[in-house]
Amino acid sequence: MSRYFGEFGGQFVAETLVPALRELEIAYERYSKDPEFQKELDYQLKQYAGRETPLYPAKRLSEKIGGAKIYLKREDLLHTGAHKINNALGQALLAKKMGKKRIIAETGAGQHGVASATVCALLGLDCEVYMGKIDAQRQALNVYRMKLLGAKVNIVEDGSQTLKDAVNEALRDYTANFENTHYLLGSALGPHPYPTMVRDFQSIIGKEAKEQILYAENRLPDALIACVGGGSNAIGLFYPFLDDLSTEMIGVEAGGDGREKHAARFSKDGRKGVFHGMKTYLLCDKDGQVKETHSVSAGLDYAAVGPEHSKLFSVNRAKYVSVTDAEALAAFHELARYEGIIPALESSHAVAQAIKEAKIRSKDQIIIVNLSGRGDKDVEYVKRLEEAG
Amino acid sequence: MTQKQTRTTQLFARLKKENRSADFAAFMPYVCAGDPNPNFTKKLIRTLVENGAHAIEMGIPFSDPVADGSTIQKASQRALKAGMTPDKAIDLISELRTDGIEVPIIVMSYYNLVFVNGQDEFVRKIKKAGADGLIVPDVPLEESDELERICKRNGIDLIYLIAPTTTNERLYAIIKRASGFLYIVAVAGTTGARENTSKAAIELISKVKGIRKDIPVVVGFGVSKAEHAKEYAKAGADGVIVGSKITDICRSEGIEEKALIKIAKFTKEMKE
Repeated sequence: MSRYFGEFGGQFVAETLVPALRELEIAYERYSKDPEFQKELDYQLKQYAGRETPLYPAKRLSEKIGGAKIYLKREDLLHTGAHKINNALGQALLAKKMGKKRIIAETGAGQHGVASATVCALLGLDCEVYMGKIDAQRQALNVYRMKLLGAKVNIVEDGSQTLKDAVNEALRDYTANFENTHYLLGSALGPHPYPTMVRDFQSIIGKEAKEQILYAENRLPDALIACVGGGSNAIGLFYPFLDDLSTEMIGVEAGGDGREKHAARFSKDGRKGVFHGMKTYLLCDKDGQVKETHSVSAGLDYAAVGPEHSKLFSVNRAKYVSVTDAEALAAFHELARYEGIIPALESSHAVAQAIKEAKIRSKDQIIIVNLSGRGDKDVEYVKRLEEAG
Repeated sequence: MTQKQTRTTQLFARLKKENRSADFAAFMPYVCAGDPNPNFTKKLIRTLVENGAHAIEMGIPFSDPVADGSTIQKASQRALKAGMTPDKAIDLISELRTDGIEVPIIVMSYYNLVFVNGQDEFVRKIKKAGADGLIVPDVPLEESDELERICKRNGIDLIYLIAPTTTNERLYAIIKRASGFLYIVAVAGTTGARENTSKAAIELISKVKGIRKDIPVVVGFGVSKAEHAKEYAKAGADGVIVGSKITDICRSEGIEEKALIKIAKFTKEMKE
């Protein structure tokens, strides 16, 4: 298994962790080729998580815009409300095969934490979730949800108190406890083999979408749009289309306030760096100190990005743009009103970009948007934001 | 392998010749540059050296020190808040050399600071300032080819870490490429003062010595008292690195002078 995606990726971790990651790589190589494992995973994805998810033509929204036809890949309909469950199920089953009794996870928006807590309840594993203090305040309901599911939630008060600090703490825990613990990393990032493994578990999104669009339209889409925090829902949608060069790929980053406060690594001022075990694009200062990021959506509020996206960016296979907090919030309302679907704030970024793209494209064009999560978790937060003006 | 001898190599050669007792280990304290300000760092290092520290490990503070426990994390945050940067930390080394500090100075930096600066540029800068070695805790052997070449070219020892979890296969590969000394990570997990020595580390020391006798072995992570140093020394260790404990002592006193008196006392205990 290759450690790199072009010049990006690698395994930049403390010596202590190298053998743990090697053990994980070997186990993943073995079980990803094991038909029994695949059968078990497929069963859980279908019967427990609710796959396959629909590819739904957003007719009213498309008509209102008057341009390209927008399809929504409905990952928001999955159990626990986001695509995160695809990876959580895969990794938790793998951890069980590896004989690990304890699962740790980081979470930003709380969706991955909830997904992890859920699969641990399902499979009878102990679960601890690290979450930044600010994120825990933004997503208080998800904190309670995780506890309800039997997980212990460790609030991280260091640094910027968001996703990056939760990853730091999870890595520290993993380094100390990997003998009985699996780190269920929630995005296609971190040291090898995580970016490859998580991408594989999420690729079901793109595989289904490809079959579904061929069935519905008898042709490939013109563009794929997905939001990119760490980038797992995006790479999951993109990956099965990588060789279909007629299909454009657009990753949407958090533009934050539209000025200095953002989390746009490609479309603003990121640079090549090494962080959280990988070589990738990173928001850091000229000395290499990692910057604090900002987004209205906790799930996109991250300074680095999965290494395969850095490769797709550097070879121009995918394009990356940013959408501001305000634009994402407008799209949040728009989709609710025109389609009766409340998207997660993360996914609202993708919807906002889709609205822009559809406007400038002709009616015979097709866009697939990955609706990676539902907005239930955000409703209270958005209400508070709007009341505060 | 023929590289000009660094101060580090000379130090361990000299200590060997002096034929110290079996429970002697070189004392190599870790200092976070700029915690809580550059001036104190200089005073702290001078106190350590004047009282017998054999070498200094100088950490350049990083925003996200994943290999470190809470003591060094907090120290890093204080230093960054006070405006410490890699360039300023490197300047501190120059100033210490100008002031006549002659012990080996090993720079500890997370890789992003080295990488973003340009690896070549970074290594040249620390060499020019008077550093002897470089520890990068998040660059394992598999990712170190280029950095090792650059360090060799510049006469800087790239210090490799080994842990009780390191497999035999990798252990042989690392030992073969080691220069300066080998850094044994005594415990699985992060840095931070601990009560007891690690049995796994003691086993690892003798394993390493069985494979290659001429490479000094230094133990770090969790080392906090003279008894620890003695135990590791008896097992064959040539030195110990003490980090969090140094910071703990400095923080235990509100007045700088008092803290430095405590540091002097601690150093005298440790250096024997």
